[in-house]
Amino acid sequence: MLKLIAQRLALGLITLWAASVLIFFTTALLPGDFASAMLGQQATAENTAAIRAELNLDRPLVLRYTDWLSGAVRGEFGNSLASHRPVSDEIKPRLFNTFFLAIYAALVAVPLAVFLGVMAAIRQGSTFDRGVNVGALLTISVPEFFLGYLLMMFLAAHFRIFPVLSAVNASTPFFSRLYFAFLPMITLVLVIVAHMMRMTRASVLQVMASPYIEMAYLKGLPKWRVVVQHALPNALAPIVNVIALNLAYLVVGVVVVERVFVYPGMGQMLVDAVSKRNVPVVLACGLIFAVVFIGLNILADVLSIMSNPRLRHPR
Amino acid sequence: MNRWEELQQAALTGRLTRRQFMARAAALGVSTSLASGVLAKAGYADDAPKQGGTLNIGIAGGSTTDSLDPTTYTDSMAFNVAFAIMNQLIETDPNNKQIPSLFKSWEASAGATKWVFKVQDGVTFHNGKTLDAEDIVYSVNLHRGKDSKSGAASGLKPIADIKASDKLEVTMTLSEGDADFIYPLSDYHVLVVPKDFKDWSHPIGTGAYTFGSYDPGVSANVKRYKDHWNKDRGHVDEVNFTCINDTAARMNAIVAGQVDIIHRVDTATIDLIKAVPTLALVMAHGGYHAIYAARCDMDPFKDPNLRKAVKYGIDREQLLKALFNGYGALGNDSPIPPSDPYFNKDLEQTKYDPDKAKFYLKKVTGTTKIVLSASDAAFNGAVDAALLFQANEKAAGLDFEVKKEPADGFWDNVWLKAPFCESYWGGRPAATQMFTTAYKSDAAWNETGYKVEAFDKLLAEAKKTVAEDKRAPMIKELQKMVHEDGGAIIPAFKDWVDATATKVKGYKPHSMFDLCNGRAAEKVWIDEA
Repeated sequence: MLKLIAQRLALGLITLWAASVLIFFTTALLPGDFASAMLGQQATAENTAAIRAELNLDRPLVLRYTDWLSGAVRGEFGNSLASHRPVSDEIKPRLFNTFFLAIYAALVAVPLAVFLGVMAAIRQGSTFDRGVNVGALLTISVPEFFLGYLLMMFLAAHFRIFPVLSAVNASTPFFSRLYFAFLPMITLVLVIVAHMMRMTRASVLQVMASPYIEMAYLKGLPKWRVVVQHALPNALAPIVNVIALNLAYLVVGVVVVERVFVYPGMGQMLVDAVSKRNVPVVLACGLIFAVVFIGLNILADVLSIMSNPRLRHPR
Repeated sequence: MNRWEELQQAALTGRLTRRQFMARAAALGVSTSLASGVLAKAGYADDAPKQGGTLNIGIAGGSTTDSLDPTTYTDSMAFNVAFAIMNQLIETDPNNKQIPSLFKSWEASAGATKWVFKVQDGVTFHNGKTLDAEDIVYSVNLHRGKDSKSGAASGLKPIADIKASDKLEVTMTLSEGDADFIYPLSDYHVLVVPKDFKDWSHPIGTGAYTFGSYDPGVSANVKRYKDHWNKDRGHVDEVNFTCINDTAARMNAIVAGQVDIIHRVDTATIDLIKAVPTLALVMAHGGYHAIYAARCDMDPFKDPNLRKAVKYGIDREQLLKALFNGYGALGNDSPIPPSDPYFNKDLEQTKYDPDKAKFYLKKVTGTTKIVLSASDAAFNGAVDAALLFQANEKAAGLDFEVKKEPADGFWDNVWLKAPFCESYWGGRPAATQMFTTAYKSDAAWNETGYKVEAFDKLLAEAKKTVAEDKRAPMIKELQKMVHEDGGAIIPAFKDWVDATATKVKGYKPHSMFDLCNGRAAEKVWIDEA
């Protein structure tokens, strides 16, 4: 078991390095650089050259990458090109906000999705099952910013239950954070529940077709016990994979929701950094996202293997 | 804007007396109760400003890459926060006239090449230091020289020498005469800081508010400075800026009462604001315009007949409605707006005339293949506008292709390089400034490639001339030249549209820029009554 985890971690590190190379060089391929992106319409040859000289942007590309890499392995990610402050100082509060929202949404969405999926599987074919499926398809088909606007319109602008702007900052106390982040959290929950719920349902139904389940029924066990104690553990592998994918999305893909609710997270920071070609910030954000993705995937793999005794003790 | 809205705006800018307003409102058929309601909203009773309160401003145009370093400003949030903390040398008033700020008075001599400025006395910085001429020389020099990355640098290039000629006096010598030289000095980048100051994460200035906190692209907070030199500015105790780039979120924020002021109101959903009785709209005619820049020095627009053909083939009223929902003025292919004091009223408004367009098209000798590079980076709705433009021109016999360019990298790769592309200008306080920035032969931003010697000569002449009766006809002639022969196709000017809560008083429209030209924080006061 340990050997497996160690192997996966080593592969993960290699993937991380490859990701950094890819991010750096594709950002360099984009037209313009930090100087021209910051100045926009106001750029002249003189002021662009001045910014480039100040920030060492006129050095060759590969040298700039190796400079960055040698700092990164020591934990120094350099300074943001825009504010000249260390990248880690800039990212920390936004990272905290993003993780807060992601965990908040995950704690609500995952149990809800698994519960609904299992119930739908138990009551397959019933009105409840059909209703849940239609609801899931609806929320998946509607783009998340539109869901966000709908929630904002009804709950914030019209009924004034929640604030329109989820502007949290470092000094916001915990319960206020829960209140401010409620609307973006609900939007995210609506977006990811559908996928996880349908996968749970499909996986459980597939396992329910096995002969040993029929045996469990013949033994006289109640339906809920059959599903939860006998079917679910064997259905876990695909469910865990889908959950991991959606959790990764919660960290990485929520820039639209952040923008609609003005929630200061990493998504908006990354978009701003890319459009202004603020390469140190892009690299640092990119690495963090890669770590999250790779980490969650490793976790999903390990859990899948652990839940299947045949894989746990290979002969 | 309809007549009733225009009347309300006239009241807000103080162009009417109370009696005139009520009389004209009655003539329009507006009930007296509604009219008095408007007078109350406009703060027409104009009492003395009240001190105290906290102001919340919802502001767009912020990014996590912003900084409070004056050489880096390109968009609204940064300079609005900076204006609360720092002062300019010279400000622009709501009618585009220059008024003193830290420069008390100025005098030009020797053909407008030598300028002597007197500095306000008794001004202190937030750290207690007294303002003197050395601080001003340092602050201006941040934007000069080939190492400067400031957007104001090209406007200040004419300064050959600047020195502190006395403790409270600054002398500038220009390389060539310019009667409008005070306009570049009022550029929004040029702010005054103490000598040798560099700590831009904690800026110190002479402004009405001291720095509290700043999270780029997210929020900012400033607190009132008790020893501010200008007693007419700085009435509220604290100002909170919240960055709201998303238009729908910004509109909702003021409707829900979470902020007291917003700018860049979405004219398509403006009824949301009109429906709330505790909100008021503030509109100003300004110089912001959308432009289709045809390069006169490249094919196919080298041929002036083709330029004329395209100018007659565009339906300006339709574009004004589509782009700005009618909130603006028609453009006449000259970058000087109707609100400018030197606006040439005698120029005939070019109308949509497909027959005239066909006539000029026949005279074209070279190629008529046109490709318009369009992108939403130029202005909101630019790609849709390009398609409308294409449909207009088709009826006039001009078939051109619209090439959609990615917004990212538009200013790098397309603008100034493509033969025909979209662009925008925020407007300049002085007509000569607008022409120098974008229409002079050697201007860095000459997006229409307009290189006419007679134009350059006349522009230089107009800048040197101080006498009003001599320069006005020159500036009018410059507009005529661009209107007839230039490559600038300007269909419409946009109005600035802001929204405020009715408890915010003293908020006057400003034709230069929204949010009272960036100084709303220090100009308004809160009166709950």
